[in-house]
Amino acid sequence: MTPLTKAAPQQNAFAAPHLQPPLLEVRDLRIEFPGRRGTLTAVDGISFSIAPGEVLGVVGESGAGKSLTGMAIIGLLEPPGRIAGGQIRLEGERIDALPHEKMRRIRGRRIGAIFQDPLTALNPLYTIGEQLVETIATHLDVNPAEARSRALALLGEVGIPAPEGRFDHYPHQFSGGMRQRVVIALSICAEPRLIVADEPTTALDVSIQAQIISLLKRLALDHGTAVMLITHDMGVIAETADRVAVMYAGRIAEIGPVREVIHAPRHPYSAGLMGSIPKIALPTDDSGAPGTGPPGGRRTRLVQIEGSMPRLNAIPPGCAFHPRCPKRFERCLRERPELIRTGTTDAACWLHAPDTART
Amino acid sequence: MPRTLLELDEVSREFDVSRPWLNRVLEGAPHQVLRAVDCISFELQRGETLALVGESGCGKSTVARLIVGLYAPSHGRIVFDGRDLAAPGAAALRRRMQMIFQDPYASLNPRWRVRDIVAEPVRVLGLASAETEIADRVSELLTQVGLAPEDSDKYPHEFSGGQRQRISIARALSGKPEFLVCDEPTSALDVSVQAQILNLMTELQERLGLTYLFISHNLAVVSHIADRVGVMYLGRLAEVADANELFARPKHPYTRMLLDAIPDLKMTGKRRTPVAGEVPNPLDPPAGCAFHPRCPHAGERCRTERPLPIAHGKSIVACHAVAEGRIE
Repeated sequence: MTPLTKAAPQQNAFAAPHLQPPLLEVRDLRIEFPGRRGTLTAVDGISFSIAPGEVLGVVGESGAGKSLTGMAIIGLLEPPGRIAGGQIRLEGERIDALPHEKMRRIRGRRIGAIFQDPLTALNPLYTIGEQLVETIATHLDVNPAEARSRALALLGEVGIPAPEGRFDHYPHQFSGGMRQRVVIALSICAEPRLIVADEPTTALDVSIQAQIISLLKRLALDHGTAVMLITHDMGVIAETADRVAVMYAGRIAEIGPVREVIHAPRHPYSAGLMGSIPKIALPTDDSGAPGTGPPGGRRTRLVQIEGSMPRLNAIPPGCAFHPRCPKRFERCLRERPELIRTGTTDAACWLHAPDTART
Repeated sequence: MPRTLLELDEVSREFDVSRPWLNRVLEGAPHQVLRAVDCISFELQRGETLALVGESGCGKSTVARLIVGLYAPSHGRIVFDGRDLAAPGAAALRRRMQMIFQDPYASLNPRWRVRDIVAEPVRVLGLASAETEIADRVSELLTQVGLAPEDSDKYPHEFSGGQRQRISIARALSGKPEFLVCDEPTSALDVSVQAQILNLMTELQERLGLTYLFISHNLAVVSHIADRVGVMYLGRLAEVADANELFARPKHPYTRMLLDAIPDLKMTGKRRTPVAGEVPNPLDPPAGCAFHPRCPHAGERCRTERPLPIAHGKSIVACHAVAEGRIE
């Protein structure tokens, strides 16, 4: 199967992704929900970009606006939600205000989508082979025989054993992990330049989750596909992403290289988020002796962020995180911070403003 | 007072999942029995936390339901504080245990005020009769779980997921139990809220001397809260060990695989051995050791003979390869 490997695999293998022109650029994106009691702003002026071959992780707690951002990019924002401002550019072309029919042709062809629940993403009445062939024939100029052989190659590529035997099976005959593989095969069948994956592993068991993560990572590397990986699981991000954006109450709190954000978070919210994740702390390997160095876990308290994320209709003025922030000071209550560069990371926190007195 | 609070002795639970009678007669479909819990035994000491982990469908929630009496065991005995829970008159023992459920959106009655939700066990178990006494108890419980006494007039929808889980905990505690069965109590919560609930549960255990059975699929959460851990696979216990021991030196190949599959936050860049395969169909479990089709150490004996749990040091492991010393 040549078509799959044709997409210049070497191009991105070693190049630093950040140096290339972005494949996806989101600028000042604002998503609103007009309602009877006023308009709610769910995503409030966020900007980021993804380079070819790069995996951008987007983390945050429920209600932070991460899935809405993904939906806006795919053009599947459910009314009454609407894009109220800003731009989304795919390979330089604006896609945020395209008519329905044009967007439909981009979706699937140039942007692939993977959702959390692999069962609802597949049509239960058609075999997976039919669904793949239909999708391929819709987006690519191929004859039925080519479409079929391409579908088989895709199933093999996403790790479904004996694809010929599984081709005529219905979705219910697959397990959760295998279904998610089929969904991934569907989303990459037209070799999209960008994949938006919204919680692709959340419904799966850990052992299957690891398989899906490495599959996504390999696709990004081999085909130079840009991946926007939306999840609440920092472990998945740490394993997969090159850069990560931490979202809080509709804004980006911090965005930067994944190592930096995990090991040296600049924003107090990211720091709290990292601290609150239970970790399996093992005695160091060289200590050896049994019973020494009990895992840090038991009886040590997890870092906890007091309170919970504000509701959309009650986002505090100034920095939205200030009521929960242990490091807040006067300015945080009044002024909303924009992203401020510190090192290789951008953090929306007044602690990093050049004119904040450092003590 | 004996140290052992709860003992499961070769407990099994089967579910009849056959097609309807008419199909069986007309199509000759066979009787089908799903063995969700297959002959498992463990003990739980007073004041400790035992966690059961495993992937979906391994039977861990069924164990929880067997213990609190939502299901009756098909075989075996469950002994609580020295008395068989199936014996006549043992229902009173169940007053000493309570359960916390996974989904705080489904486990609280949306039409009841928090006050009534938390007071229900008090009334049912007859722990207090005077209304003022009950109100005091509710306030005390809400304070204990980090809510305000004024919250007792609100309805569940006015609370966030984490606060609702606090309400569930207050309700569980109101019956003054000594043993709590927690079925995935934090898996519906965001990670920062999960930390709050785990911290709360640890505090309550220390303050009230509670014993926990903690069911979870998340090994990191388990390593944080458990004293001992039981790893389940396809209805059987693969390994039971002290938490420290299990995470530092896992013995059973399945435990090793599970630990290996956890995404690595430290990003040490270590290569993970790719995990092959999936959990087999529980209606038709493999012969011998249930894990053998996925096990890198499987031998001839593993395919035919079911391994029995054997003590290795302080761990109990059901694996031929470990028993024969084929793997460290």
